[in-house]
Amino acid sequence: MMNQRRAHFPEGTDFFASLQTRYRVAAIWQSLFLSALLIAIISLTALLYNVVDGAFGYVAYDYKKDPATFTSIPVNELTKDDLLIILKENLSSGAYNKLDDEKKMETRSHADLYVLFLERLVQIDTKATWSMTDSLLRGAEIRTEAAEKYPDAQLEFRSWLTPQFLATPMSSKAEFAGVRTAILGSLWLVGIAILFALPIGVGAAVYLQEYAPKNWLTSIIQTNINNLAGVPSIVYGMLGLAVFVRTLEALTSGSAFGITDSNGRTVLSAGLTMGILVLPLIIINAQEAIKAVPDSLRQAAFGVGATRWQTVWHHVLPNALPGILTGSILAVSRALGETAPLIVVGASTFISIDPNNPFSKFTALPIQIYNWTTRPQSEFHAIAASAIIVLLVMLLTLNATAILLRNRFQRRY
Amino acid sequence: MQSENGKYAIETKNLSIFYGAFEAVKDVDLQIEKQKITAIIGPSGCGKSTLLRAFNRMNDFVVTSHVKGEILMHGTNLYGRGIDPVEVRRRIGMVFQKPNPFPKSIYENIAWGARINGFKGDMDELVEASLRGAALWDEVKDKLKESAYALSGGQQQRLCIARTIAIQPEIILMDEPASALDPISTLRIEELMQELKKNYTIIIVTHNMQQAARVSDYTAMMMLYEDTRSGTVIEFDATNRIFTNPKDKRTEDYVTGRFG
Repeated sequence: MMNQRRAHFPEGTDFFASLQTRYRVAAIWQSLFLSALLIAIISLTALLYNVVDGAFGYVAYDYKKDPATFTSIPVNELTKDDLLIILKENLSSGAYNKLDDEKKMETRSHADLYVLFLERLVQIDTKATWSMTDSLLRGAEIRTEAAEKYPDAQLEFRSWLTPQFLATPMSSKAEFAGVRTAILGSLWLVGIAILFALPIGVGAAVYLQEYAPKNWLTSIIQTNINNLAGVPSIVYGMLGLAVFVRTLEALTSGSAFGITDSNGRTVLSAGLTMGILVLPLIIINAQEAIKAVPDSLRQAAFGVGATRWQTVWHHVLPNALPGILTGSILAVSRALGETAPLIVVGASTFISIDPNNPFSKFTALPIQIYNWTTRPQSEFHAIAASAIIVLLVMLLTLNATAILLRNRFQRRY
Repeated sequence: MQSENGKYAIETKNLSIFYGAFEAVKDVDLQIEKQKITAIIGPSGCGKSTLLRAFNRMNDFVVTSHVKGEILMHGTNLYGRGIDPVEVRRRIGMVFQKPNPFPKSIYENIAWGARINGFKGDMDELVEASLRGAALWDEVKDKLKESAYALSGGQQQRLCIARTIAIQPEIILMDEPASALDPISTLRIEELMQELKKNYTIIIVTHNMQQAARVSDYTAMMMLYEDTRSGTVIEFDATNRIFTNPKDKRTEDYVTGRFG
């Protein structure tokens, strides 16, 4: 083919040679772009692999007391009633009454009682954990190693991410710890943040796009909003600490509303801090969505004698809404993953009570993950990996919702 | 030049329109007759649309724009103190170059303008009357709840006309209403304009000389001043005189296609 083409055109060999050079340059650039893509894919795969690798694998655990000393029935056949009796007989009456006060023993679930049985009586003790890769590739070695080092221990391949992990609160033992309080804390946090930031952000965006005159003052404000979106989150944490935790303590601790057992380090303070953090993002996204509503639509409304407000309310906002929602969801996912400001405004690292009002103490998923990864015991790293999976699933769900919304409501004008 | 209850729907007196310091339209004196079609023609960029948009104060949305002189409707200056542009736009409707129906149902497209202007009567009746008035009723009467975007370009433009007559204006401004349409849709719009002028005064900007000649009763010819680049009306007369026996040499060159 090439020879034919060379023969066909009068440009001759010089032209053909220069063409070959151009193709070579193009090929070099193309391969550079491809390698950039490959590096990105490899990094992301490594990230996911690293997380999953930690959340599953062999674990060697030991009982401080043999379950057989409490009952003759095999552990996995114990019924709820059996567990109740065992707990009542073997726990000290003080400990039993304390548990009963927290939640009536009879009303607790089988799983709950089983956890208490393992935690308080048998006192399960994790000796060692192995990563998923090790467990899959070096199964035999691990079994001999475990048999040598921990002769009494049992070896089990387990997933640290279980339904129970989602449903149980924090515990000082990794085997019984869950992310329930952290998930609820995160939900409270982003809920308060969005309730605070969405109306203010959309309002500001509407004013800037539809009402504000275009002059030096508005352009300074606009530049500042754009810059605020890039301010490091720790700075927002300092702001939250100074304003919400300290200055407005009477409000954020709830003492103004008769709540006495709390200081300013509440989920409300943290939520408002997150709200301030995502406010510039929401304003910018809402402005983009409002800009995308074509002027012909505004003119149509004005042309039939609508006021500015009627035009905004009946046409601009409804048509900008999908874009505003998409932007807000992305802002929420940013808030969900933020850690630094929460540390500054005082998230608790150990808390086993669900946050149930704005003045509750709280923890959040990223805080919990951070806390667990700093522990020396390897089983905490495993539950940190599981919590990361939970967080990633939440983030991906939010982003997928945003994409679906955008596609669903894409309009042609 | 009697304007009270006279034969003129709207008049301009020494009207100049500025964008900032730039005088886009200079010293225009026009008397637009009631229930007639007046065409504004002229080369691109000579201020035709600017002049048209001054009539219903759509230029107000260009922040730097301001006017000198007067636009009188029933003797009232539309740019006078205390005149609300929203009220002006209700009395002087507008049809735009590209069909721009609301992204709502056909029914809502008509009803919305009437509703926000406080219409209290029978909405179904108004919608039907408006659609009949725009010669669209027979084509859409079975799909009033469907999106206006499902209509063809020509139907959308007639829907925009229906939307305008639903708020019962006295004057309808049309800014090249057929330039985005095919010849058959264009013809239908032109036929419709002949119907509409029984009840409304129509001012139309058009690039299409044949269209101006076909539909209009009066024609205003606009041209730029060479030195200041400001547009002005160089000749305003009955359409047949503009096209057959213009007084100004430039008009003659333009309408015969030798210029512009």
